[in-house]
Amino acid sequence: MIDKRVTSLPEALSGIRDGASVMIGGFGEAGSPIELIHGLIDLGPRELTVISNNTGSGRVGLAALIAAGRVAKVICSYPRSANSMVFPELYRAGRIELELVPQGTLAERIRAGGAGIPAFFTPSAVGTQLAAGKEVRSFSGRDYILEHALTADFALVRADRADRYGNLTYSRTARNFGPIMCMAARCAIAQVRRIVEPGQIDPESVVTPGIFVQRVVHVAEPVQESHLVKQGAVYP
Amino acid sequence: MARMVAADIPNGAYVNLGIGIPELVAGFVPAGREFILHTENGLLGVGPPPAPCQEDPELINAGKKPITAIAGAAYFHHADSFAMIRGGHLDVSVLGAMQVACNGDLANWSTGQADAIPAVGGAMDLVAGVKSVLVMTEHTTRDGRPKLLRACTYPLTGVGVVSRIYTNLAVITITPAGFAVREMAPGLTAGELQRWTDAPLHFAATPTCPRT
Repeated sequence: MIDKRVTSLPEALSGIRDGASVMIGGFGEAGSPIELIHGLIDLGPRELTVISNNTGSGRVGLAALIAAGRVAKVICSYPRSANSMVFPELYRAGRIELELVPQGTLAERIRAGGAGIPAFFTPSAVGTQLAAGKEVRSFSGRDYILEHALTADFALVRADRADRYGNLTYSRTARNFGPIMCMAARCAIAQVRRIVEPGQIDPESVVTPGIFVQRVVHVAEPVQESHLVKQGAVYP
Repeated sequence: MARMVAADIPNGAYVNLGIGIPELVAGFVPAGREFILHTENGLLGVGPPPAPCQEDPELINAGKKPITAIAGAAYFHHADSFAMIRGGHLDVSVLGAMQVACNGDLANWSTGQADAIPAVGGAMDLVAGVKSVLVMTEHTTRDGRPKLLRACTYPLTGVGVVSRIYTNLAVITITPAGFAVREMAPGLTAGELQRWTDAPLHFAATPTCPRT
């Protein structure tokens, strides 16, 4: 019987080793799999390459993973926000590498990675610093730059409901990078609020089909990152 | 500014409002018109801000502020959201600017300073893919230097992408000849406006008093 449910965060995260590439879902705190990230800090792998839209807030979640010195490189579109101090500090000190990518290019590189497309041409960033060193080709009189697909060893995402097949639904704008990161990772791990019986998610409403998901872990009441940041919480 | 931008957006347009001042446009939709507001983190059909204590941390805009969704809204993932942008499906993008050049070049993501943390978000995708790019900005910097230039000195967001600029002093269209002034603030003279602007302004058929 196919059953992608695991019973604990350590079991969900097992096998993530030093040097792994990890996609982490979320746009700000919406969809950020904070319990999985804290579990990854507990697990301890270092020299990670993290692919995520942002770099976290305060000293919890993704910011705590970076603060713990576990991340060698981030591939990211917007590595700062109102409450981000960890990444700027390490970046200015030259202790973390940044590959800055326009947000749509980041999303499309991840989608392409999941769809088996090694590279694609896009008009975004043509003529800017972010096009430096990239192949330019003209189609129908307009210039495009070549961008390469992104895949990863693991994806950590937060979804709303899952069944044992790994079918997922999300909540509102917390969906963001979840579906495409599940596609692009060799092992996609989803923390979900509710686990339901097969069939309870209407097949018409499945957002991420289970084929893209390898492990599901139940986190009934995820902590709210912005509350922790307001309280000045520090993880661990 | 926000009222003038909203007045120029046609009925039925799909519109992305940038973070900050452009968000104000949502409050000035003219009577009888309907815009569908897109937020690039994954929603078509942004509604008004939520009532106090009704905020949902999983329902936010690109500025990470709480929002609501209208009846008839749709959620989608990031690749679909940027397919709407990059695939030319959105009609209007309203953005802020640090600098705009008279050929339509836009700089709005970085001052290029060595110690700045570079962050670009979706701006380069919006200017590359959306049919009409409208800029809302103060006419000058806080210390009075022009933002409307012959050539941008900051790193570019896009090359030749801006359609029109709305400032506190004027509405300016980008033409093959450069900046064409379409409207000016009441009481302002052409000479005064030119003094606050680096690139030459063209004034043909400019109404001196905009709709009030």
